[in-house]
Amino acid sequence: MIRIKCPYCGERDHSEFTYGGDASIKYPSLDASESEWTDAIFFRKNIKGFQKETWHHLNGCRMWLEVERSTITHEIKSVKPCHPDLQKLMELKK
Amino acid sequence: MTKFNAWNVFKNGLNGQTGWSRQWRDPEPQSSYNVIIIGGGLHGLATAYYLAKNHNVKKIAVLEKGWIGGGNAGRNTTIIRSNYMMPGSHEFYEHSLKLWENLSHELNYNVMFSQRAHVSLFHSPGAKDANARRYNTMRLHGTDGELWDLNTLKKNIPHLNYDDARFPIIGAAVQRRAGNARHDSAVWGYARAADSLGVDIIQNCEVTGITRKNGNIESLQTSRGVMKGNKIGFAVAGNTSLLWQMAELGNLPIESHKLQAFVTEAVKPFLDHVVVYGVGGAHFYISQSDKGSLVFGGDLDWYKSYAQRGNLPMVQDVAEAAMAILPSIGRLRLLRHWAGVMDMSMDGTFFICKTPISNLYLNAGWNYGGFKASPASGWYFADLIANEQPHKYIQHHHLKRFEQGINLDERGAGPDPKLHG
Amino acid sequence: MSSKRIDNFGKINRDKIISFSWEKKNYFGYEGDTLASALLANNIKIVGRSFKYHRPRGIMSCGVEESGALVTIGSFEKRDPNVRATSQELYQGLEASGQNAFPNVNFDFGEINNYLSRFFAAGFYYKTFMGLPPFEWGSGTSIWMFFEKIIRKAAGMGKLSRLADPDSYEHAHDFCDILIVGSGPAGIAAAKEAADKKLDVILVEQDSLLGGDQIAEKEFDTNKTLDELKNLGVRVMNRTTAFGLYDNCVIGLIERITDHIYYDKKEIPRQRFWTIRAKHIIVGSGSLERHIAFNNNDIPGVMTVNAAKHYLNRYGVLTGKDIVIATNNDSVYNTADLLSQAGANVIILDSRKEIKLDNFNNNIQVKFETVPYSINGSRKIKSIDIADAKHQPYTKIDSISCDQVLISGGWSPAVHLLSHRGVKAKWNAENLCFLPGDTKENITMVGSARGIWNKSDCIKSGIAGALDAMNHMGLSKTNYFFPKEGGWSNPIQPLYEVKYNKSRSKSFVDYQHDVTADDVRLAHREGFISVEHLKRYTTLGMANDQGKMGNIIGLSLMADLLDKDIPEVGTTVFRPPYTPISIGALAGRNVGKHFRPLRVTPMHQWNLDNGAIMIDVGLYQRPWYFPKNNETLSEAYIRETTTVRKSVGVCDVTSLGKIAIQGPDATEFINRVYSNAFAKLPIGKTRYGIMLRDDGIVMDDGTSWRLSENEYLMTTSTAQAGKVMSWLEELLQTRWTDLKVNVTSVSEQWAAAAISGPRSREVIKNCLENPSLIENSNLPFMGFISANLKDGTPCRIVRISFSGELGYEIYIGSDYANSMMDLIWKEVQNYHGCLYGLEALGALRVEKGHVTGAELDGRVTIDDAGLGKMASTKKSYIGSAMRSRGTLIANKDREQLVGFFPVDKKETFDAGTIVCEKNNIKGSGIGRITSVTHSPELDHWIGIGFVQGGKEKWNNKTLIGSDPVRNKQMELEVVSPHMIDPEGKRMHA
Repeated sequence: MIRIKCPYCGERDHSEFTYGGDASIKYPSLDASESEWTDAIFFRKNIKGFQKETWHHLNGCRMWLEVERSTITHEIKSVKPCHPDLQKLMELKK
Repeated sequence: MTKFNAWNVFKNGLNGQTGWSRQWRDPEPQSSYNVIIIGGGLHGLATAYYLAKNHNVKKIAVLEKGWIGGGNAGRNTTIIRSNYMMPGSHEFYEHSLKLWENLSHELNYNVMFSQRAHVSLFHSPGAKDANARRYNTMRLHGTDGELWDLNTLKKNIPHLNYDDARFPIIGAAVQRRAGNARHDSAVWGYARAADSLGVDIIQNCEVTGITRKNGNIESLQTSRGVMKGNKIGFAVAGNTSLLWQMAELGNLPIESHKLQAFVTEAVKPFLDHVVVYGVGGAHFYISQSDKGSLVFGGDLDWYKSYAQRGNLPMVQDVAEAAMAILPSIGRLRLLRHWAGVMDMSMDGTFFICKTPISNLYLNAGWNYGGFKASPASGWYFADLIANEQPHKYIQHHHLKRFEQGINLDERGAGPDPKLHG
Repeated sequence: MSSKRIDNFGKINRDKIISFSWEKKNYFGYEGDTLASALLANNIKIVGRSFKYHRPRGIMSCGVEESGALVTIGSFEKRDPNVRATSQELYQGLEASGQNAFPNVNFDFGEINNYLSRFFAAGFYYKTFMGLPPFEWGSGTSIWMFFEKIIRKAAGMGKLSRLADPDSYEHAHDFCDILIVGSGPAGIAAAKEAADKKLDVILVEQDSLLGGDQIAEKEFDTNKTLDELKNLGVRVMNRTTAFGLYDNCVIGLIERITDHIYYDKKEIPRQRFWTIRAKHIIVGSGSLERHIAFNNNDIPGVMTVNAAKHYLNRYGVLTGKDIVIATNNDSVYNTADLLSQAGANVIILDSRKEIKLDNFNNNIQVKFETVPYSINGSRKIKSIDIADAKHQPYTKIDSISCDQVLISGGWSPAVHLLSHRGVKAKWNAENLCFLPGDTKENITMVGSARGIWNKSDCIKSGIAGALDAMNHMGLSKTNYFFPKEGGWSNPIQPLYEVKYNKSRSKSFVDYQHDVTADDVRLAHREGFISVEHLKRYTTLGMANDQGKMGNIIGLSLMADLLDKDIPEVGTTVFRPPYTPISIGALAGRNVGKHFRPLRVTPMHQWNLDNGAIMIDVGLYQRPWYFPKNNETLSEAYIRETTTVRKSVGVCDVTSLGKIAIQGPDATEFINRVYSNAFAKLPIGKTRYGIMLRDDGIVMDDGTSWRLSENEYLMTTSTAQAGKVMSWLEELLQTRWTDLKVNVTSVSEQWAAAAISGPRSREVIKNCLENPSLIENSNLPFMGFISANLKDGTPCRIVRISFSGELGYEIYIGSDYANSMMDLIWKEVQNYHGCLYGLEALGALRVEKGHVTGAELDGRVTIDDAGLGKMASTKKSYIGSAMRSRGTLIANKDREQLVGFFPVDKKETFDAGTIVCEKNNIKGSGIGRITSVTHSPELDHWIGIGFVQGGKEKWNNKTLIGSDPVRNKQMELEVVSPHMIDPEGKRMHA
């Protein structure tokens, strides 16, 4: 079981969350070209090691989180809200 | 090489099994080859075999970082079927099934392909219609496929959960020629047959670097020395991205995810078919090995991983899915569970194609359906490497299909690797 | 062997006699017995048959490593195959029997395999059974499948019942500071130390009693230990196996609750599957005694040395009279003493030259530099041939009569749980065993599981383990040290196989699977030299014990053959579970109808009360049809459809997803999410919208209502409700973080009913406090209003039509759903209207050519679905960049939505039919039918689906519908998908 420290709910089983995907992807603007979108949607670094990825706390606070996690050991280095305003709020809460 | 047959088994029974020798050689790597296939799994070994057999290519090497068949070839649930419907994919998998049908004879190695029928349960009229589309497509391609109503299903598999199911079973889509096989023996069979055609199978040989020159791959650095190959093929599903990036080719439409597999204690014959179903967010497939173990699995662990270890939520999920259709399995005990690392592609479909490097060829993206594909995968990958032209079945199975809008997505799940199967 | 119960030994309760049956005969044992000890007490020798050769097997150990005594417990639906007799506690009425034998384990026809075993070497089945013998003539799989049937029957061990498992199981979850696996000296010491520091400690023990190996010590009092631990606040879980160690110190346990008693009710679960999240895990899982490979080392009467000690001191059973102990290490001498004290004649064969031991009874004969060579006997031990350890090849130098041979080939720490974490074990050449490797995780190995053999050091290691855990947890910074591994007075000497110098030896490496030393040599000869190849080729270590006893012998043999050291050959990775665990426990209560949660709408009971037959739609149950007077499905839906078109019908549509979208940027947001224009949707109006995925393929469709300047209500399809909600959250939280919008799922808050048909306006009018609100002028097509029902309940009414008729949907707070339905239904009946279900809903929408999930299958573009014109050309939206990439661009060759009529109007057809050109009925065809229905209005079957080239190419032309899996083929006429009222006059009425 991966245990994810949700900044809002606390440490929870990963089964409460759904895995989103690679958090390093910068989605282009809606009017960007087909090739930019193709790269963003279909192509992945597929890092073996620590990667930034998104998780959705589906059965919790429903926050989208940016998690830095090893894809080899599943060890988690950091968890923060994806939304910058929520990040700030969570820091204030601390 | 001593031929495998009952006569020689008998003879060796009398002489203390002394007449057998190495099933494949342990050659010292040479400095150059015509073709180097990286990856000593089923796909790599089959490719080497068909390069030698169908295309008469000499000086072929298969490089394996560990022991052959140690990746997904040796950790899958051994199901073989051709119930695919996307254009090209169906023909490809059907050819693979046909190769399986004669593989024991072809390789002189019993791969134990048991055509015991693949029974895909459905639970709603809508699912029945979706299956009808798929199986009609198969039939119109000349492949076998049929629908079983509830009575036929009950007659064939009386101990499914017909009384108390959350999602009542209403029938099944069946491919009788489908079944399961002994995964390891297919690996060893291809290795032995390829070896006898002169292919060098080099184990404990990890590729650690790729040197490019003038747009080509000039040489490979390996844990057993530098090697040159006129043509290089990647067949390392699960780790494709790593080699791809070693060749400085950037990103691929692939993510590595892990899939768990489960084996129970051996029991006397309990289930005579391959049974699969998907409903209510669950996905499940099960069959009994000849040894007597029930072998089964479900969905991915749902997060990207290169670990060959599963986690508990999916163990529980799969156990629930097993109980949902086979309520007598509750007293059977799980003996082992583990995970394999899958090349999950963006449309759930594989790649056999050329690459931006002119002497590099790619075989990847098998999702969790690569075992059954391996004979055809080897066949068409060999064909591509030898003839430089993709066969029409695999003409769309390349990396540009996404930008070209070619849809080979069997599940219709879209560009989210974890949603494919 | 003559094993018997003796006085003055053991800790069983002799005041409580327990009767049980073995092979349908009754026997007696005592409270505290295992099945194995009771069988031994009754001098029952043969309790099992091996997998391949069907050789008779006796009880070979006293624990989870057992690979001989696998038996079947219980009968009928409670039959448990492959139970280790050594772990099964005895209870009154226990029924046990042998397995993998015909007619029984005492006399088994399968034993013929033993006489043919020379032909059945490892991997022989890879070499034959392909074709007709002797030269494998033929092709295809039929000959293999003929043999396979026979092989399958011969394989397997016990027989699983095909009746549903009647027992119940449970899931449980917990947390703790430190979880300790194993209650041996080390585990107990660790628990006491940690509990003393006020930490929350769980101690897990697979046995019924605490103590581990100490249980076989006369003076050890398990109950006192239990009390001490409990007084310290340790949570003790006995009969509980820690089966697997997972990420983040999460451990899986199976607690056996009723397996040790007779229990035929369902109130108490049979087993409980615990998921425990610990901050630190201490593993004191002990070690397992190995055997030695030599000829006939499997004859009933062969046992590990330590097992004999446990049978004697725990169960009061002396397992033999004339006992030969074969060893290469010190651990047997104490047992030899005990056995001798209990009256056995004991001779020790020690492979070593000489040893020094304190406190050893010198009356016991020790033959140094002597090894076991071959056992004589087949169903029981008659004597053992011995060999001189110095002279290789070994030859028989003497023979000793005996009825039991006890073996100790050294000890293997149970490093399994750590191996589950991917930690490789390290070979220790001094102690000849694999020791746990290093880990960065919060896991500490203690006791003999880390290779510490003597008890006082084990206790020290337990305390050190607790301190290590507290340091890891940041609670202390105590200095501590672990005692060095080992601890015997004399070094162990390598002895894995005593090679038999004749051909056809039966030196077993893996007992259950009949893997012999010769099989390992054959594997080597054939090139299967990597450990994993060896394992897979010979099946070494793949039996129920997963190689607990034999793996290291196999490794050492391979190392020998390769002229390498054991660590260079490697070790196989142990996979969970540590011991086999029942699938029932893993599934827990989530079985039968509880496999998945059931979602129901607030008017679920109302629907049922009014005669609904339900159908599963995802996790929901929705009304399928409302039969009257024993109507069939098709009779009912045709009546319902007809009634709606003629008069009025009402249908529960609550399961649609509903999302509140609020905030100053709500309009911008919704305009980006949908492919069609939403920016100018007026307040009070609703609009049908189509959402695409990033890749330009249709994701979902639904409607959105503009409630106010910055407020919308979005509806989604039932199937995609969850996905769309997560998608909107993802967009707002990860991509468009500048947008000030909040989304909230209100699916559960609103109940909804569709009222359709020409009389629907009148019906609703009669239901409202202010009937005029619903006049056409006030509520035009695609408008919505807030209103009050007659009873004053506020609701929202949207004028929308999925059926093509004049239609409305009323949304109301979920709590008021039933009273709303009562009110509407009363009015509907006044117009001779009906309740209608999903089947009629489908029929109505097919007649109108509306697409749903059957059409939008994840591969269809908005153009394919005939909705391309709705997509905005003036804005960018999700999917707009990709919807026309490459071949997705709308063109005449793509499949497009059309309608189908049967040419012969009496013909029926089904969804899933492939559409082909007349003279080319093959392959993927040129299209397919996705939805069908009987159309009451047209009075024949109709369908919608896709055809390459669409209506433009095929309108009113004839194609063939091919449906071989349902043995149907029919001529189809391609028509417009909008088959009824294409201009939409009715819904605008």
